[in-house]
Amino acid sequence: MTMQKKISFSFDSKKYYGIEGDTLASALIRNNVFLVGRSFKYHRPRGIISAGPEEPNAIVQLESGNITEPNVRATEIELYEGLSATSQNNWPSVNFDFGSINDLFSPFFPAGFYYKTFMWPPTFWKKYEFFIRHAAGLGKSPELDDPDKYEHVHYHCDVLVVGGGSAGIIAAQLAMKANLKVLLVEQNKTFHLDYLPSNYEKEDFSNEMIELYEQYKINNENVTTKKLQGNSKILLDTTVFAYMHSNYILACQKLKSKNLRQRIWKIRAKKVVLATGAIERFLTFNNNDRPGIMLAASAYKFEEIYKVKTGKKIVVFTNNDSAYHAAFKFWSSDNGEKNKDKNRLVAIVDVRKNSDSFIVKEAKRLGIKIYFNHAVTNTFGRKKINSVIINELDEKIEKIIGKSIKLSCDLLCVSGGWTPTVHLFSQSKGKLIFRKSDSTFIPYKSFQNEISIGACNGTFDKEEIFEETYNKMKILIEEFGKEIIDKEKYLNNKEDFFPSSNSKGVTYKTFSYSFNLNNMKNIWIVPSNKNFGKTKMFVDFQNDVTAKDIKLALKEGYKSIEHVKRYTTTGMATDQGKTSNINALGIISQFSNKQIHKLGTTTYRLPYTPVTFGALAGRHVKEFFDLERTTPIHQWHIENNARFEDVGQWKRAWYYPKEGEDMHQAVNREVKATREGIGILDASTLGKIDIKGRDSSDFLNRVYTNAWSKLEIGKCRYGLMLGDDGMVIDDGVTSRIDENHYVMTTTTGNAASVMSKLEDWLQTEWPELKVFLTSVTEQFATISVNGPFATDLMKKLFVDYDFSSENFPHMSLKNIKLNSVICRVMRISFTGEKCYEINVPSSYAKSLWSKCFELGKEFNITPYGTEAMHVLRAEKGFVIVGQETDGSVTPIDLDMSWIVSKKKYDFIGKRALNRSDTIREDRKQLVGILTKDPNLVLEEGAQLVENISKTPMAMIGHVTSSYYSPNLGRSIALALVKEGLNKKGQTIYAPLPNKNIEVQISNPVFIDPLNERLRA
Amino acid sequence: MFLINCPYCGEREQVEFNCGGEAHIVRPKNPPDLSDDQWADYLFMRKNIKGVQFERWNHSNGCRRWFNVVRNTATDEILKIYNMGETAPNINGDDPKTPSGEPNIGSGNISSTFEKK
Repeated sequence: MTMQKKISFSFDSKKYYGIEGDTLASALIRNNVFLVGRSFKYHRPRGIISAGPEEPNAIVQLESGNITEPNVRATEIELYEGLSATSQNNWPSVNFDFGSINDLFSPFFPAGFYYKTFMWPPTFWKKYEFFIRHAAGLGKSPELDDPDKYEHVHYHCDVLVVGGGSAGIIAAQLAMKANLKVLLVEQNKTFHLDYLPSNYEKEDFSNEMIELYEQYKINNENVTTKKLQGNSKILLDTTVFAYMHSNYILACQKLKSKNLRQRIWKIRAKKVVLATGAIERFLTFNNNDRPGIMLAASAYKFEEIYKVKTGKKIVVFTNNDSAYHAAFKFWSSDNGEKNKDKNRLVAIVDVRKNSDSFIVKEAKRLGIKIYFNHAVTNTFGRKKINSVIINELDEKIEKIIGKSIKLSCDLLCVSGGWTPTVHLFSQSKGKLIFRKSDSTFIPYKSFQNEISIGACNGTFDKEEIFEETYNKMKILIEEFGKEIIDKEKYLNNKEDFFPSSNSKGVTYKTFSYSFNLNNMKNIWIVPSNKNFGKTKMFVDFQNDVTAKDIKLALKEGYKSIEHVKRYTTTGMATDQGKTSNINALGIISQFSNKQIHKLGTTTYRLPYTPVTFGALAGRHVKEFFDLERTTPIHQWHIENNARFEDVGQWKRAWYYPKEGEDMHQAVNREVKATREGIGILDASTLGKIDIKGRDSSDFLNRVYTNAWSKLEIGKCRYGLMLGDDGMVIDDGVTSRIDENHYVMTTTTGNAASVMSKLEDWLQTEWPELKVFLTSVTEQFATISVNGPFATDLMKKLFVDYDFSSENFPHMSLKNIKLNSVICRVMRISFTGEKCYEINVPSSYAKSLWSKCFELGKEFNITPYGTEAMHVLRAEKGFVIVGQETDGSVTPIDLDMSWIVSKKKYDFIGKRALNRSDTIREDRKQLVGILTKDPNLVLEEGAQLVENISKTPMAMIGHVTSSYYSPNLGRSIALALVKEGLNKKGQTIYAPLPNKNIEVQISNPVFIDPLNERLRA
Repeated sequence: MFLINCPYCGEREQVEFNCGGEAHIVRPKNPPDLSDDQWADYLFMRKNIKGVQFERWNHSNGCRRWFNVVRNTATDEILKIYNMGETAPNINGDDPKTPSGEPNIGSGNISSTFEKK
């Protein structure tokens, strides 16, 4: 072995060294660290049991501070210089964990423990919860801002191949040779192709065995992706975690780049090839969770790929042939004095009576000690396994017979068969079928345009994989109208399909098994010499669920697999039961005497492996979290110290504090200035819809409550828009520009929804109307000039224009030229003051705004924001849709029956205004509210009651708007009050916890009820 | 996330569209003549079928056009797309077959028992 670079890292603050290419898990094993965490419930010592994403135990908190990541599988982290990780779920340390006392009390922690114990008294749950959450839980969420970036990439391809094992690579090569655009995604940083233990003792093995190994030996020195053709692509270190509708697939790529941590690939593939492999199954025996108990193939992988010694005295416990590959790896016939430690294999413990498969025969021939018809029934060693007890099994493998044999060991390799990784297939909504021969679910019926090949399809034998892959790919490629290469040529040059040079400088180490599971002997629960109730046979390692818990759940009446899962929490941890679900099913089947395929499986949900929030959010964070809209005058607001408020996506100037002013003072100043001099408002955010076409008037008649046909050209009219349920959804002024041309304004927040609703009516209900709607919100900016001196400013601005009320009365529109720019000026008002709204093409807005200031100085022109706008309109009793209304308010409730046409046969919402509910006289109606104490400003939303003498008090309404009016020198409020229109003058109350505020119901128009200021 | 073949723009992601609920609900031409119940029926009553449902969809983040979609709500299979104003195609809507093979009753498969009054 060549000298490899040493890499330092720390685990639980202790410094270690690994070598380049290690995962955190392999590096820990290299340092003989087997105890890596404590279990969830009983805080039992736990070690690494696998070498892949299925790992339930070796879950660590990676790094600290702002880049920390909880619940990371040590088996999936590639080691880098300075890596720092800590174990989770222990206190004060993994070696001495206070919570392990739970293990002693484990009889008191049965399935459903929390449900049963903390039910009473009900109000105490909040107290219990605090302690439970504190005691349980895995990693800690990061609390600081993540300095790294994440990104999303969209990708389209003909064929997506998931999994770079032999089946996946062959499939990708076949598709590429047929000139299809292929994307191959592999979760590891390397492909795993080889079937051959690299340095096995050739002289020991029979020629047939060597031939078997050599037959598929692939040159594993520096293999790479030379044979990639055309626009095909390979992604390594990338895990597909979601398979959604229409072959929409999400994959998460780990990146090594400095600031870019992860990338989500959003892939849309015409066809998908799933070659996701299989996960080895654990066996359920007493005390099967000690550190040093590992899946056989994972131990093999650690030895073969990472070149670490997993143990010195190794027992292999299996019910099938596959673990024999691992056994061979540990075995050596050379027990001479010099090589005393060379043979590390103690024995193979095989549940089967015997096997005549080739690989077992070979083991026998080599003289390996095999205990057939035996099982491991107990283990010892607190923080690391030191011995196992094995026993002979009875005929039905339900009981143990004969004397116990103790084998001392420091590693126990377990293989309970293999579970095809059908997660993605199931996510794609494909249907599974149960295969009895090896007790496993395999893909049956596809729902999407997808095929499963290799181990994930339950095909474990190489020859069969080659055959299956070719046959399925032939159909797939032909469906594209392409041709697959000749079968003979393919079978004779299989090696040719594997990447074999190093053009990109990527080295691939190799690993894979080939085996046959036909003669496996399935066993869901390994019998023990102990009473079953006293055993600790773990099924779900991460959530600490034992076989006993499952039995208890069944005994307590849970039948559905989904219920048993939730009650016992099996399969509900971050590993989502990759190693445990099938065993849980088997145990349920055994205890309930129901065939496993009749139980069904629990639903496989995305994500396959945990995905960080950072990756899901991608670039949609901070300023990119949501769209931000600004008006063309925005820069001026910033320069003039405006505070902003969000209205939908818009940033609107809220108020403009001068030095030393708080919000209250600033708003009061702005309000007063508007009534006394000139107030100027940037109203550009109001929605503007251009309406054109032959039937425009007819259309407005249908969508507004009032009549429009007789509106003269150049006049404006206020309109109220209802839903067909009679409730107010929008309001605004619409102006007639020409015979068949109107401009409608909508509220800022409703611009898009009103536009959509109008389009909806036009396209679906009234296609016969010739009307065309165009949103011109952003094309025009609106400057609203208000106040007694508004006309004076207009005269200075548009020098020769006649602003007399005869020529330019209230509620009319004029096109006035300023230099070469045509301004649409409307004389309308939302403040009750004389007001001109100047609409100009957006690009001129800022210069026009500045010009207004220049010319308006002598009138004390004052910019006012949305807060002052609210006060000004409330003084006049003008409603704001969405503030006075909440989707349950009709125009009649707003006392606006004057705007509802009696003459029109129909308009949207008309019929609903006569429903039994909407004609009730005791509905909540809009009124004004004056507090007895004029300085007291009510809370918006405050409840209103009539009778405070007894509780509970009946609520008769609520405050919708409430402000201090500097013009009146007192507080004012608007409210919706039951039968309020008949109660004007009446005293009611706003009850608060410590006092009842006395208020009087009043008219909602507080200033200038006769509109004299408007017309002056 | 399924794909929708907009009749005006072609195949696009579902996120570009909005569903407008059940299709072929016609606004009555004579509202004043209708009883409260009849009006409420038009206004509020909608089918929510597990299985084949006739829906209105809007390409809201695209061409903004409305059209009709026949969709199996259990599988998100789109069986037909046709223009506004066209009569509903005859598509057998009895089989709410789900990909995972759930039974026809239970799991929300009760469309046949829910009828407009």
